[in-house]
Amino acid sequence: METAATTKNGEPHAPGARGGGEGAGPVIRARGLSLTFETRDGPVHALQDVDLDIRRGEFVSFIGPSGCGKTTFLRVVAALERPTGGEICVNGMTPDAARRARAYGYVFQAPGLLPWRTIAGNVRLPLEIMGFDKGEQERRIGEVLDLVDLSGFGKKYPWQLSGGMQQRASIARALSFDAGILLMDEPFGALDEIVRDHLNEQLIALWKKTGKTILFVTHSIPEAVYLSTRIVVMSPRPGRVIEVIENTLPAERPLDIRDTPEFLAIAHKVREGLRKGHAYDG
Amino acid sequence: MTGEAVHAGTRGGGARGSGRLGRAFAGTMGRALPIFAVVLAIVVLWYLAAFWLNAQWVLDQAERAGRSVGFWEILEKTMSQERPRLPAPHQVVAELWHATLGMKITSKRSLIFHAWVTLAPTLLGFLIGTVTGLLLAVGIVHNRAMDMSVMPWAIASQTIPILAIAPMVIVVLNSVGVTGLVPKALISAYLCFFPVVVGMVKGLRSPDCILLDLMKTYNASRWQVFWKLRLPASMPYFFTSLKVGAAAALIGTIVAELPTGAIRGLGARLLSGSYYGQTIQIWAALFMAAILAAALVGVIGLVQNWVLKRMGFVR
Ligand SMILES: Nc1ncnc2c1ncn2[C@@H]1O[C@H](COP(=O)(O)OP(=O)(O)OP(=O)(O)O)[C@@H](O)[C@H]1O
Ligand SMILES: [Mg+2]
Repeated sequence: METAATTKNGEPHAPGARGGGEGAGPVIRARGLSLTFETRDGPVHALQDVDLDIRRGEFVSFIGPSGCGKTTFLRVVAALERPTGGEICVNGMTPDAARRARAYGYVFQAPGLLPWRTIAGNVRLPLEIMGFDKGEQERRIGEVLDLVDLSGFGKKYPWQLSGGMQQRASIARALSFDAGILLMDEPFGALDEIVRDHLNEQLIALWKKTGKTILFVTHSIPEAVYLSTRIVVMSPRPGRVIEVIENTLPAERPLDIRDTPEFLAIAHKVREGLRKGHAYDG
Repeated sequence: MTGEAVHAGTRGGGARGSGRLGRAFAGTMGRALPIFAVVLAIVVLWYLAAFWLNAQWVLDQAERAGRSVGFWEILEKTMSQERPRLPAPHQVVAELWHATLGMKITSKRSLIFHAWVTLAPTLLGFLIGTVTGLLLAVGIVHNRAMDMSVMPWAIASQTIPILAIAPMVIVVLNSVGVTGLVPKALISAYLCFFPVVVGMVKGLRSPDCILLDLMKTYNASRWQVFWKLRLPASMPYFFTSLKVGAAAALIGTIVAELPTGAIRGLGARLLSGSYYGQTIQIWAALFMAAILAAALVGVIGLVQNWVLKRMGFVR
């Protein structure tokens, strides 16, 4: 299966390889990407004909109604799901090769912390698995816990932390091994507005500081507009990309930028896109 | 009653300093009270049953002697027969007392001696059964072929009446020169491995999909997934399996002692007691077995609490 995917990539991938893989080419490149789940009630077209290029250092939000394939797209990028059609490259490799090269950190909707490990222990998990030495582990744990504002909580167990703190710990864990790509699937979906605003601010700061490529799934239009450089609007059944909206807001984004006319104009554009998606549906 | 009073006391008093201790005490009492009530009910029922079952013998005796007996005499005589149909609780307790503390441990009639004879193969069988169960569970979780093939066999193995194969195993092993502890331990292990397999397969499969996916995104090897995720996640299941397994191991040993002409061990005490109609001896042996089982399960429970607390499972 793997070899098949590589040969499939080999040829059509040639134009994309122009820029020379890792360096200048897109970090993620999807062409005609489709994924159909065979279920007992018949096929579910979770993704259909998705074309998308994501450049290094971009912050791309995915927005769309429930069931439009946002999670599925992220899982395909992460090689947790195998596409049934089209191609996708991550860092110029197959997703599976990228996974084995530990190219990305994945933040799930639920924090997914191991209850028998402390916060520091949870952040250490990927570092242990990837074979970092002890000193380096400690250094990185300190660094990323700092980054998410959790220094001092390393010795606590997950159940001693609030939901928002747990989610921050899971972000720290995804950052700890310093992969170039961060895949985030509604990481703040279960949190209240105020905590969410705060985490959004922190996330932007973190993104600027680390220069990572971030793919961020959300249901919230303001969140998508506030965070991203580009917004991918999707529609369900079959899951496709309706529109890709460039975010023209300046890089410097204080929270109150959300009240500016530019912000509202882009939010309006996203809403229009979502509405178009529903028109497809009907 | 006292439990209620303690409850009320801690609630009403609300002394901060001793609050925690008081609460723990009240908690223990709160848990102990229902147990105490059940025990009391059982003892009462038991006395009633002893009277009911043993009265006939007293009446027969009196009839043969050609005299009549009053209620109190019947009552008294049903509680003090040498070979009652159902010995009264105090008779069993007295026999237990006599057979444990009342004689030397080396005596052939000491229940402690017999208990040890049974306990040793139980522990060995428990060890063998647990290790076998663990290995099978690891195999089942990691290997599709084993997943498909082992479980049906494991279930089938438990549907064979142990009472039927125990003598065969013992006879066969004796004939090849394996005697003493080991044959009993093997039968004990035969009963013990099953709950461990079932519990550990469930435990090793207990981590959420999301955690397995997470490990995949780290490109973790199966071995790493096992040590860092599956095994720790299975610990609560592990201890539960151990408790069931320990009880099963004890039953296995006793069954192995029953039909083989063994003269030592709790199983042998049960059998010889039933040969000679020594019901009190049977019941004392039964209680000794129950005490052993409770002790085994209790020790496992203590280790469980300690380990799970250290692992951060218990809040
Ligand atoms: N493993 C699976 N087997 C079968 N169908 C699936 C599977 N995973 C997802 N689907 C289906 O694929 C479609 C897309 O699912 P996906 O989870 O990607 O949606 P989503 O956009 O992330 O939705 P939400 O916003 O609710 O998270 C849905 O219709 C879903 O039912
Ligand atoms: Mg989703």
